[in-house]
Amino acid sequence: MPSLGADMEKGTVVEWLKKPGEKIARGDVVAVVETQKGAFEVEIFEDGVLSEILVPVGTEVPVGAVLARIESGEAKPLATPAPPAPRPAVAPSPTPPPRPSLPSAGERLRLSPAAARRAAELDVDPHSVTGSGQGGAITLADIEAAVARAGRTTGEKGRRGFDPSAMRQAIASAMARSKREIPHYYLGLPIDMSRALQWLAAENARRDVENRLLAGVLLLKATALALKDVPELNGFWVEGGPRLSTGIHVGWAISLRGGGLMAPAIHDVDGKSIDQLMAALRDLVVRARTARLRGSEMTDPTVTVTSLGERGAERVYGVIYPPQLAIVGFGAVRPAPAVVDGAVAARPTVYATVSGDHRASDGVSGSRLLAAIDSHLQAPEAL
Amino acid sequence: MSAARRKTTYREAVRDAIREAMLRDPRVFLMGEDVGRYGGCYAVSKGLLQEFGEERIRDTPLSESGFVGAGIGAALNGMRPIVEVMSVNFSLLALDQIVNNAATIPHMSGGQFAVPLVIRMATGSGRQLAAQHSHSLEGWYAHIPGLKVLAPATLEDARGMLWSALEDPNPVLIFEHVQLYNMEGELDDAAGAVPISGAAIRRPGRDLSIVTYGGSLSKCLAAATVLAGEGIEAEVIDLRSLRPLDDPTIMASVARTRRVLIVDEGWRSGGISAEISARIVEQAFYELDAPPARLCGVEVPIPYPKHLEDASVPQAESIRAAARALVRPT
Repeated sequence: MPSLGADMEKGTVVEWLKKPGEKIARGDVVAVVETQKGAFEVEIFEDGVLSEILVPVGTEVPVGAVLARIESGEAKPLATPAPPAPRPAVAPSPTPPPRPSLPSAGERLRLSPAAARRAAELDVDPHSVTGSGQGGAITLADIEAAVARAGRTTGEKGRRGFDPSAMRQAIASAMARSKREIPHYYLGLPIDMSRALQWLAAENARRDVENRLLAGVLLLKATALALKDVPELNGFWVEGGPRLSTGIHVGWAISLRGGGLMAPAIHDVDGKSIDQLMAALRDLVVRARTARLRGSEMTDPTVTVTSLGERGAERVYGVIYPPQLAIVGFGAVRPAPAVVDGAVAARPTVYATVSGDHRASDGVSGSRLLAAIDSHLQAPEAL
Repeated sequence: MSAARRKTTYREAVRDAIREAMLRDPRVFLMGEDVGRYGGCYAVSKGLLQEFGEERIRDTPLSESGFVGAGIGAALNGMRPIVEVMSVNFSLLALDQIVNNAATIPHMSGGQFAVPLVIRMATGSGRQLAAQHSHSLEGWYAHIPGLKVLAPATLEDARGMLWSALEDPNPVLIFEHVQLYNMEGELDDAAGAVPISGAAIRRPGRDLSIVTYGGSLSKCLAAATVLAGEGIEAEVIDLRSLRPLDDPTIMASVARTRRVLIVDEGWRSGGISAEISARIVEQAFYELDAPPARLCGVEVPIPYPKHLEDASVPQAESIRAAARALVRPT
């Protein structure tokens, strides 16, 4: 069971899309799992043959449990004598019980001894639990509360769609952890959108309705290019230090109709064309709202962008999604007085903000990021 | 069946304990500086000289080494001496007698000689007696095998520990905190000997364990009352005995509450609280939700001015704050 975010504790298999014996390739979707945040597709990162399904549909298991086994390489021909070392891709032990994933060497949890023991007893992955103890340490009560919360939702397993109260709980723990652990700094800059919107209007005039661009895609691309200029805001806070990411995978905040919020990744935004990004954005919004996202889309974002759109507020100062280093916010584009050539003029303006993790970077980096976004938006044809 | 109760003080409870021992056993006698004519520097033995005479209430010269040694000799020869040392600071003059003789003779004689000696001494700060009369060195004595170290913190224990200590074949040190002598309360008319082993839970609670003894107990209980008003239920453990320590009671409490604050007026470095903390980590590590916390005396010689003296040792408010920080870190 893949972890689809720091706040995920467990998931329920709601569908197997491959059968035992079927060939699978890297990138294939083999199953659909249901979590607090809705249903997600489970991707495969190995080529091989699905040899065994260990968790049947409708069963809830903790993060880290083995869902199925894959035999790597070609399926073993029965008659061939002793092929050279057929190496199973996954753990070779015959019937391992589903186990919670152990902390990897690099990521040490602050987990109290009592909580560690209880988590082992209850088969809870402590990585999925938010700590309330000293220094954010996970206490025994936190483990039991997580189990109690899980207990409330077990009755609904196997049902498609998501539980809004569970999602609220997931948002609550992620945001509470962020505000507890991350010292945010906040910066804002009004950006003149005249050129960008003129270019957009001209571009859309010669496109058919289906292929028209939204202003949001310009904001998305400008942010990604700006992060290339200011890489210290792109990545994660791990092991007490920043780990910057070379790939720029933007988590695009999407509010769901039933309430709640998610920010799945659009991968390698800086390398994609505006048209590719527009397609990706459309696809992502549709899939997010029909609860059909891929696991990697939940775990990969290296930064989050929240754009409030046409009817939004003027400014948004976002709360960083841990363990990311920053969140960039855009308010609604609206006319505002600007000084142009020494005179006041009404210009379409978007108020851009950045909330940065002050452990990882200082306001000067955030300032440079906002300035870079501004400068990229002044050259829309290059986006 | 409920016996009559009467108002008394810690000082009177100790005096009643001495009187009872004198009446019950003709081998018992009291000696120390100013215990006779002056009635004891904390007035514990006032009136006893008149009641029991100079043979059994003996004023001694100002020589701790001399009269503690005499007490050891008397105990070896079948008496049941109660030796009063004015303050633990002065007991350092008798350290050789206590550590090299009293604690070792039963061992070195292969059990042939018992040393049924009781040494009472005042300890602790709070009476503006400055740095040579106010320290809490009982933790040092708790380091010594062969000694038993008691810290009566209640009227019942002040009244009841002495007789049990005299019955014990080993040398027993009883530490009476100077701020307790005036403590008032009610005591059963029938109050008498109490066991000298084992800690007592003075207040049950679920959110943290406060481990303490002697003069800090009442401060911890006061802090626990305030904490209860904040929704934090502290369990308060009175160690009663610093040697031996009652590990099972401490560990069982920690296993229930998962957090522990150790409150000790003595200095932190190498103190009894360090020993307790180490034992908790050794024996109850997997029960803990937070590292054991210690609140100890500030590492300075106890100051003379009242406000500095108060600031140098744990008080109800600092205990409350430390407990709260442990339970509600944010």
